[in-house]
Amino acid sequence: MPKLITQVGCPYCGSSCDDLEVLVSDDGKKILETHNACVIGNEIFHHVSSPSRPKKPRMRQPDGTMKEISYDEAVDFTAKTLLKSKKPLIYGFGSTNCEGMSAVARVAEKAGAVLDNCASICHGPSFLAIFDNGYPSCTLGEVKNRADVVVFWGCNPMHAHPRHTSRYSIFPRGFFTTKGQMQRTIICVDPRETDTAKLADMHLMIKQGHDYDLFDAFRTVLRGHPIPEEVAGIKREKIEEAAEAMKKARFCMIFFGMGCCHTDGRNHNIDIAISTTRDLNTYTKASIMAMRGHYNIAGPGQVWSWQFGFPYCLDLSKGTHAHMNPGETSSIDLAMRDEVDCFVNVGTDAGAHFPIAAIKHLKKHPFITVDPNICMASEISDLHIPVRVVGVEEPGVVYRMDNVPIQFKKVIDGPEGVPSDEELFDMVYKRMCELTQTEPFWILAKGHAQASTPTEH
Amino acid sequence: MAELLVKGGFVIDPTRRIDGDVMDVAIKDGKIVEKVGPGAKVIDAKGKVVMAGGVDVHAHVAGPKVNVGRLFRPEDKLFKSPNAQKNYRMEMGFSIPSTFKTGYDYARMGYSFVMEAAMPPLHSPHVHEEIHDTPIIDEAALPVFANNWFVLEYLKNGEIENSAAYVAWLITATKGYGIKLVNPGGTAAWAWGLNCLTLQDPVPYFDITPAEIITGLIKTNEYLGLPHSMHIHQNNLGNPGNYEVTLESLKLAEGYKAKNKFGREQVMHSTHIQFHSYGGDGWANFESKAKEVMDYVNTQKNITVDLGCVTLDETTTMTADGPFEHHLNGLNHLKWANVDVELETAAGVVPYVYDKDIKVCGIQWAIGLELGLYAKDPMRTFITTDHPNAGPFTRYPRIIKWLMSKKAREATLDTFKHKDKVIDATNIHGIDTERTLYEIAQMTRAGPAKALGFSRMFGGLAPGMDADVAVFDLNYKSMPSDPEKIEQAFQRASWFIKSGEIVVKNGDIASHGNKRTIWVNAKVKENPQVMRDIHEKFLKDYTVGILNYPVHDYLAPHPLVIDVDVEA
Amino acid sequence: MPTITLKPYKTPELMLECYNITPDVFAGKKPEEIAELEIREGKTRVKLGDFFEASGSSGMTAAETDIHIAGDCTRVKYIGNKMTAGSITVDGNADMYVGGWMKGGKIHVKGNVHSFCGIAMEGGEILVDGNAENYVGCAYRGDWRGMRGGTIRIKGNAGNDIGTFMLGGTIIIENNAFIHVSTHAEGGTVIIKGDVQGRVGGQMVKGDIYVFGNIQYMLPGFKQVDKVEKEVDGEKATFLHYIGDLGERHPKSKGKEIYANLYVKA
Repeated sequence: MPKLITQVGCPYCGSSCDDLEVLVSDDGKKILETHNACVIGNEIFHHVSSPSRPKKPRMRQPDGTMKEISYDEAVDFTAKTLLKSKKPLIYGFGSTNCEGMSAVARVAEKAGAVLDNCASICHGPSFLAIFDNGYPSCTLGEVKNRADVVVFWGCNPMHAHPRHTSRYSIFPRGFFTTKGQMQRTIICVDPRETDTAKLADMHLMIKQGHDYDLFDAFRTVLRGHPIPEEVAGIKREKIEEAAEAMKKARFCMIFFGMGCCHTDGRNHNIDIAISTTRDLNTYTKASIMAMRGHYNIAGPGQVWSWQFGFPYCLDLSKGTHAHMNPGETSSIDLAMRDEVDCFVNVGTDAGAHFPIAAIKHLKKHPFITVDPNICMASEISDLHIPVRVVGVEEPGVVYRMDNVPIQFKKVIDGPEGVPSDEELFDMVYKRMCELTQTEPFWILAKGHAQASTPTEH
Repeated sequence: MAELLVKGGFVIDPTRRIDGDVMDVAIKDGKIVEKVGPGAKVIDAKGKVVMAGGVDVHAHVAGPKVNVGRLFRPEDKLFKSPNAQKNYRMEMGFSIPSTFKTGYDYARMGYSFVMEAAMPPLHSPHVHEEIHDTPIIDEAALPVFANNWFVLEYLKNGEIENSAAYVAWLITATKGYGIKLVNPGGTAAWAWGLNCLTLQDPVPYFDITPAEIITGLIKTNEYLGLPHSMHIHQNNLGNPGNYEVTLESLKLAEGYKAKNKFGREQVMHSTHIQFHSYGGDGWANFESKAKEVMDYVNTQKNITVDLGCVTLDETTTMTADGPFEHHLNGLNHLKWANVDVELETAAGVVPYVYDKDIKVCGIQWAIGLELGLYAKDPMRTFITTDHPNAGPFTRYPRIIKWLMSKKAREATLDTFKHKDKVIDATNIHGIDTERTLYEIAQMTRAGPAKALGFSRMFGGLAPGMDADVAVFDLNYKSMPSDPEKIEQAFQRASWFIKSGEIVVKNGDIASHGNKRTIWVNAKVKENPQVMRDIHEKFLKDYTVGILNYPVHDYLAPHPLVIDVDVEA
Repeated sequence: MPTITLKPYKTPELMLECYNITPDVFAGKKPEEIAELEIREGKTRVKLGDFFEASGSSGMTAAETDIHIAGDCTRVKYIGNKMTAGSITVDGNADMYVGGWMKGGKIHVKGNVHSFCGIAMEGGEILVDGNAENYVGCAYRGDWRGMRGGTIRIKGNAGNDIGTFMLGGTIIIENNAFIHVSTHAEGGTVIIKGDVQGRVGGQMVKGDIYVFGNIQYMLPGFKQVDKVEKEVDGEKATFLHYIGDLGERHPKSKGKEIYANLYVKA
């Protein structure tokens, strides 16, 4: 009998839906059907059984071809390369669990590496804004249950986060929003007429690159001062109308995406968005949230913050303390300025996402990819190490875009002999300890729990 | 496990009324024993003070808001992070240290246990992930309940049994320890941008008052017989004149009696009482009401308190009292983070500089110490800083110094720009009390261990208890005339043995020890109505599936589970 | 003044982190001792002498010590880090953090500087003959206490984020700047002699900005209140006086709100 597994988490976008149902074959080895997932989520579950999926590490040979090697050899090469490099860069983590991120951090600290994640080229500017101005936010359930004005600024969830609008932000009927979409005013700020903009009650077709000016106009209006007739390509009346709607909301929610944090001014666009949210709280309840891209890209920000105090761009090369300053310690800057001499790409595809010039710099040095699948990065690597797919073959904690931790399940066993990210990096760590003749240490001794009886007898 | 003998120190153990007797402490298999064999490793404690491991009843050390604090304050790390100890993890941050630094620093001060004081249930896997990345010390976490939709509904209808069934389910699901209240009703109101500043302000929609929530949760706690009492952060925190609300809330405990099998005697723990002992009707005539508050606490045996002392540092405030943080941001204009958590709670985070040259900060500093000096029963009054709210926990040794030395207090007063105004608004200058080492051991060890319901394990050095033994470089017979020496001794223990293993030697970390997560497994008889309510709310209102909500066992890999069985 | 000359003779593979190139560290040291000072290339600990030839003599104190770097420092970070007195001259370019957290003394870079020049500066003078990249006189990430004192003069162009969270001191850009000038500032003065694309004074609470050229996009939160004659950095001119950022909070003094001032040459 095939088995139906319910409340399965989806390892695709930052919505981190955990209501999928997966029908698994009798022997627990094959995924037969998925229910509730969007098309992309569905594809991820089915892709694991693709026959083209690599099941052994592959090492680049002098003639340029890739040859299968053992995991031991791959671990040894990785450990030696990290130890030898003056400043390795370990980057990625769009698609792995927090357990893997924690294991990598131990390796990075030992290697004196720079540890960075996809936020560096994604919501990194949003972090800079959060450093400077805070983050009045909420969980997505608050949006579902309370929000009556929802602003989408420079984001298009209808495409990038397919179930966001039905689970959280536009359509759902929540406790205080029993009429669902009918009860919500949707404002979309975007230079394009996206599918989200088409759904909106108000579309402010902003002149590209002028987000900061428009936020400044909102804030000026909110404080009762006059503004010019047109700001960022939007007429004054329309700005005043939108500001009034936000101010009159019972609960105003602002979602922002790459369109806001990657146009000119970057972090400052988010910074002033945060100021605007704070201003709105003088009149009503308002909240703001970054539309994080991957299902656990909020994860490294959490794990590394509790381990080192910084969410991304961590320079651990100093040995005694971590240093962070995006612009200096961010992956692209490090690559472009030739500041690193080894690159490890984990659970992402830097080959596809980095500017070609940055990749050219990185390719001067050893280039290793750890990822379940063949991707552009794996194909230009010196070494590609496949691992299990989190959320399908490997359970673990992931952080949704609102930083809510969700304990993802596994639904089938991974290919035999293929480790998880965590197992792989623990092997690398142990190998580094052997090579340097140091004691490996783990925060938690394995298996020591003692019986104690706190009660009176 | 090896045997250890801590030899010839001045032992201070209030659980057995031992005050400075020169004795040996024998350790075997992680426990304190009557004696050990001749092969035991000897630790020379001659001329030094020996105490049980410290117990922190209230600190924010793990979880989402603590991590927001870490994440959004890079400047808390800049030039402030000490160098890593060789072969140990990096230690980052001052006011909100990394998990590694948290574990190491508590151990260096000879602390065994820390209670994470506010766990948002939805985020409990996060709290446990951080706890298990915090080395050495044992930890537990208190889930917050006072703004939870289920609790508000049940208590509005006076359904204590249902409230208890839900609380038991949630504590077990989140691997929590007890019942925490933060700004009862006020945080629920904050979801609409409002607050409850008095005990009679009705909570929007739920139509229940803070007073009803407080008494309802005292009843729920005693119905369940949990190891710890109801633990409350009261309404109207941090505002001038709030001591009246404080006294009114404390009085709600009158008439209730502790019902449990853990040796706990109180029904209410009122936390960071310093923030709730303010007089005046504005910042201009802001003044201490420490005496008024402590006079009442002294008469009520069923209340315990912790101080929440201001340490005069640049720190990071963080609390589930969402509206307070918004209010604070309006005062200091620094960055503000907030998280409203669906159906459950909220939290806010704002950096804060307690500047000794600002009059109000000086008064706050005095109030915390006055409370510690006015307390008649050190077994019911515990040292905290509400870490990191009034200051980082690494300042406990400094607070001990101030409590033990009038000279040290006066020296600090002398550095204030508005010394005279601070003296006018407080009583600190006129208090000559100096706490003894025995009283400090009560306030940091025996007392909190009893209030948390594990005085059989922690807080003392009797045979059978956990072998958590701290040795401090202080001579009981001739205490140093320089109070700075007291602070130094408590900052870096000469030795600290945790669960029978040496984890600190000469103030340096020597081992990652044996860390445990302590949680309560509360069982009540099956309650179909409550289970139905839970399932329905998860289906309709939550955005996370009920199956993915309870914390998986592997996230608390070294648990110490305390069973509470109401049926039995 | 006694001068220590550092002559770069080797280009590092990565970047060098030279926290030690300051008059404070060099004072009282012989060239041989200076050559032994630890610097970093990634995680490797190397010596100043591995990359620079040190000669000359230092003074007894920082104030009496001059450092002359006779060559290019394109791949050298942290020159003049936290220095309190004395002087440094760089004959070529310098990388990031020139004069970071500087409290006193003088730095003169004859070429260009990279980003974070004068970050969180408290006092002293920085003069750059060429261009500066981004974050001139900014605050460290997350800190609300940016540049507090001193003077930074960039003779060429500067990028974005000039004087972010500035509280005091003066920054002069003699040519053009890109975007974000004095964002979040609560004091200090920024003078731009050329053009700025936009976002001048956004979220600014207090402080002064002077722009001699054009502002391509004026923020809606600034309002013209006056036309004034002023002498700025030795130049007399007529300026349109704007106040702002009207969208931001402002402190009150004697019941009146205090705004930041933006002066644009008429």
